[in-house]
Amino acid sequence: MSANHDRANLLEVRSLTKVFGTLTACDHIDLNIAKGEIHALLGENGAGKSTLVKMLFGSLEPNSGEIFWDGKAVKITSPGVAKKLGIGMVFQHFSLFEALTAAENIALSLNDGSPISAIAAKARALSYSYGLPLDPETLVGDLSVGERQRIEIIRCLLQTPQLIILDEPTSVLTPQEADKLFETLERLRAEGKSILYISHRLEEVKRICDRATVLRHGKVVGHCNPRQETAASLARMMVGNEIKAVVRAPAEGIETAPALLEIRGLTRKPATPFAIPLKNINLTVRAGEVIGIAGVAGNGQGELFESVSGEVLQQDPGAVRIRGKDAGGLPITGRRLMGAAFVPEERLGHGAAPRMKLSENLLLSRHATDGKSFVGSGGMVKNASVYSAAQRIIAAMDVRKSAPDPEAAALSGGNLQKFIVGRELDRKPSVLIVNQPTWGVDAGAAAHIRQALIELARSGSAVLVISQDLDELFELSDAIAVMHNGQLSAPLPIAEATFEKIGLLMGGAEPGHAEHTMETA
Amino acid sequence: MDITVNILLTIATAATPLLIAAIGELVVERSGVLNLGVEGMMIMGAVGGFGAGYLTGSPWIGLLAAIIVGALFSLLFAVMTLSLATNQVATGLSLTLLGLGLSGMIGTSFVGQPGVRLPNLDIPGLSSIPVVGRLIFGQDPVFYISIALTAGVMWFLFKTRTGLTLRSIGDSHSSAHALGIQVIRYRYLAVTFGGACAGLAGGHLSLVYTPQWVENMSAGRGWIALALVVFASWRPWRVLAGAYIFGAVWIGQLHAQAFGIPVPSQFLSSLPYLATIVVLVLISRNKRLTMMNTPASLGQPFVPDR
Repeated sequence: MSANHDRANLLEVRSLTKVFGTLTACDHIDLNIAKGEIHALLGENGAGKSTLVKMLFGSLEPNSGEIFWDGKAVKITSPGVAKKLGIGMVFQHFSLFEALTAAENIALSLNDGSPISAIAAKARALSYSYGLPLDPETLVGDLSVGERQRIEIIRCLLQTPQLIILDEPTSVLTPQEADKLFETLERLRAEGKSILYISHRLEEVKRICDRATVLRHGKVVGHCNPRQETAASLARMMVGNEIKAVVRAPAEGIETAPALLEIRGLTRKPATPFAIPLKNINLTVRAGEVIGIAGVAGNGQGELFESVSGEVLQQDPGAVRIRGKDAGGLPITGRRLMGAAFVPEERLGHGAAPRMKLSENLLLSRHATDGKSFVGSGGMVKNASVYSAAQRIIAAMDVRKSAPDPEAAALSGGNLQKFIVGRELDRKPSVLIVNQPTWGVDAGAAAHIRQALIELARSGSAVLVISQDLDELFELSDAIAVMHNGQLSAPLPIAEATFEKIGLLMGGAEPGHAEHTMETA
Repeated sequence: MDITVNILLTIATAATPLLIAAIGELVVERSGVLNLGVEGMMIMGAVGGFGAGYLTGSPWIGLLAAIIVGALFSLLFAVMTLSLATNQVATGLSLTLLGLGLSGMIGTSFVGQPGVRLPNLDIPGLSSIPVVGRLIFGQDPVFYISIALTAGVMWFLFKTRTGLTLRSIGDSHSSAHALGIQVIRYRYLAVTFGGACAGLAGGHLSLVYTPQWVENMSAGRGWIALALVVFASWRPWRVLAGAYIFGAVWIGQLHAQAFGIPVPSQFLSSLPYLATIVVLVLISRNKRLTMMNTPASLGQPFVPDR
C-alpha cells in the first residue's frame, strides 16, 4: 500500500465509506484484490458486505474513499461503468426478469448485437461445459432458485469479466454442482481472472480462497489466509465471539410417537408446462422428530411445499393429514388452525409482504390462529399487542434492524429470515414445515435457527425441513429423504446416511445401484 | 353495396384514433409507466392540430403540430413522474384535467370556425376499383399510419434488442438498473412516443373525423384507449382487434338507433363498451400468457438508491 500503486493489484479500495442516515454501513474499508486470486469477503449479515460490493459494482455511490482499477483511480458511477471496466457480478437477490426467457435475460446483459438464437446456443454450450445445465428457452418465472442461480453465473461468465463478484453463489447448489463451480473458479483463476467470493460457508472459503478480508459492523477487522485458519477461528473473527455448535439430543421413543404430519400418495400434475409433477409421495413425521428433505433445486421441492402448506389444495382430502385429521381439502389458514405452521422459500413476496412493517407481517400470518390476542371485538386490530409480539420475536431471534418496526424489505435477507422463522416458532406449532430455513443467513444466526428447530421437535412437535444445504440437514435431521424428479425416497435414518449416499440419491441413482453409479460419475 | 363500403369506412374512421392512442400507451406501459393523461394529451393534440391547420391552411402542418403538441405535453408528465418521481396515477389524472381545461381556453376563438380536412388518398385507377378500391386505396392518410404504427410497434417490441430492453424495464426496473440499462432515459423516450401518438390521435379527430374544433371533442376516447391496452393484455394485435370491435359496434348501434329499433338508446350506447370488454376478456383467458405480458413494475416510481 505504498504511494506507487502495485500493478499486481487488479482492484484497490482505499478508505471507502458509505453512510445511510445514522448507520455507517461501510466505515473506511480497505481491500486489495490481486490478479489471479480468489479473495473471500467474510462477515455476518449486516456487516456491510453487500453495501461494499454494490459500491464496487456502481449501484451505490460511496460517500468518500477511492477505488483504483489496474493502478488507475476510477469512479464507478453505474453498473454500466463497472461492466465496461471488466467487473461482473452474480447477485444474491437475483436481478433476473421473470417474464423473459433465460436466453433473453442473458442477451440483455451482453449488449452485443448478436441474435438471441446465437446467444442461446452459446449459453447452452457454456452451461453444459461448466456442468450447470440450462435450457435457454425456459421462462425464468418457471425456474427454481437453483436454476436461476445458474443463469446468473452463466450470464456473468459470458461477459468475460476480469473481476467476478459472487455473492453467496453456492447456497442453492448441490455438493456436486458446487464442486463444478469450484472447478470453474479455479479454471478462471488459472486464466488470470480475479474473483471476489462472498460466502457464509467457511469450509468452502478454506478450500478455494487464497486470501480473506473479514468485516464486522462495517469495519475491516482482519485479513488472513483462510487455508491457515480453522472454520472456528474464521467464525470467531466474523462474529467476534464463539459460535455455539448445534446440539441434537437423541430422540427417544419416536417409533411409537403419534404421527402429526402424514402425506399419503400425494400426486400433483405439473402446474405449468415446465413444472415438475409430484408422483405418489408418502411420508410420516412423528412427534419429536425432524425429517429433512434433500434434493437438487427444481426437483419438486417447491411443489411439495405448496401442496403440504395448502397453497395448492388436494383432490383427495386424505393425501395430507395433520394431527390425524384429513387436511387435503383445506387452504392455508385451515391448516394453520389445525396446528401447522409454514415458512416458504422466498422471503420477500411470499414469506413477507415487502412494503409492510414487521408487525403487520406478523398479523398477516397469524390473524386467524392468534385471533383472540391480535383481533379485538368488532374485528378491530389490537395494534399494541401485535407490536409487542413482534418485538418479542425480534428480541428472541436477535433480528438486527434500523428502526423499531421497519418494513420487511428494509431488513437484510438473513435478518428477515430470522424474523419469519421466529414468527412461526413463537406460536409453538405442533407441525412446522420449513423450506430453506437458513438460505443466505450467516453462521451464528443459522446455528440459532437450527437449534430452535430441533428444540421445537424435542418439545413434541413434528418438523419437516426442505433444504439444499446438506450440512444443515445432517446437523438437524433424525432422518433424511431425497427428492428427485418429483419422487421422494424413503427416509434414511441419520446414523446410516452419508454425504455420498444422499448425493447419489440426489443425482437420481437407485439406492441399490449406488456403487455402480459412483464409478461412472 | 355502397352502403356496406360506407359503413366499413366509418368504422375505420372511428377505430383509428383509438388504435393510435392505445398503441402509444401500450409502449409507455410496456416500459413500466402508467400515464393516465391520454385523454388530456389527445385533446391538446386536437386543439393544436386544428389551430395550426386553421392558421396556416395546411392540414399536414396541422397534423405535424398535433404530434408535437402531444409529445411536448407528455414531457410535462415525464419530468414530474420520472425525474421527480411523483405518483404516476395522480400526475396522469392531473394531466388529463389540465389538458381538457387548457385546450378549452386555447380553442375559444376556434369555436365555429371552418377547419381544414386532410384529403383521402386517391390513386387514379386503383381507388376507383369497386368496393376494395376505396377500402384499401381511398382512406385518409392517418388510417394507413395507424396500421403501419401497429405493425411497427409489434416488430419493435418483439423482434428488436431495444424492444427487449424496453420490455425488461417494464418487468423489473431494479434488475434493469443493476444490468446498467438506463431506465429513466428509456422511459422518457417511451412516454414521449406515447404523447406523440395521443397527439396524432387528437389531430385525427380535428382534421379528419370532424374537421372543426369543439370543446371536449375527444369525448372520453383517451379513456377507452387506456382500457383497451389493459384488456388487450399489452399485446399490439389485440389492441387493433379491440379498437375495431369498438368501432364496429359503435357504428352499428348508431345505425340501429337511426333505424328506430325498440331498444332503449342508452343500452345501445353502452353496447360498444360491453362488447369490447367481453371479447377482449375472452381472448385473454390464458393466465400464463397474461402473466408473461403484464409489465410487473407498472406504475411504480423508480428511484435508484445512491
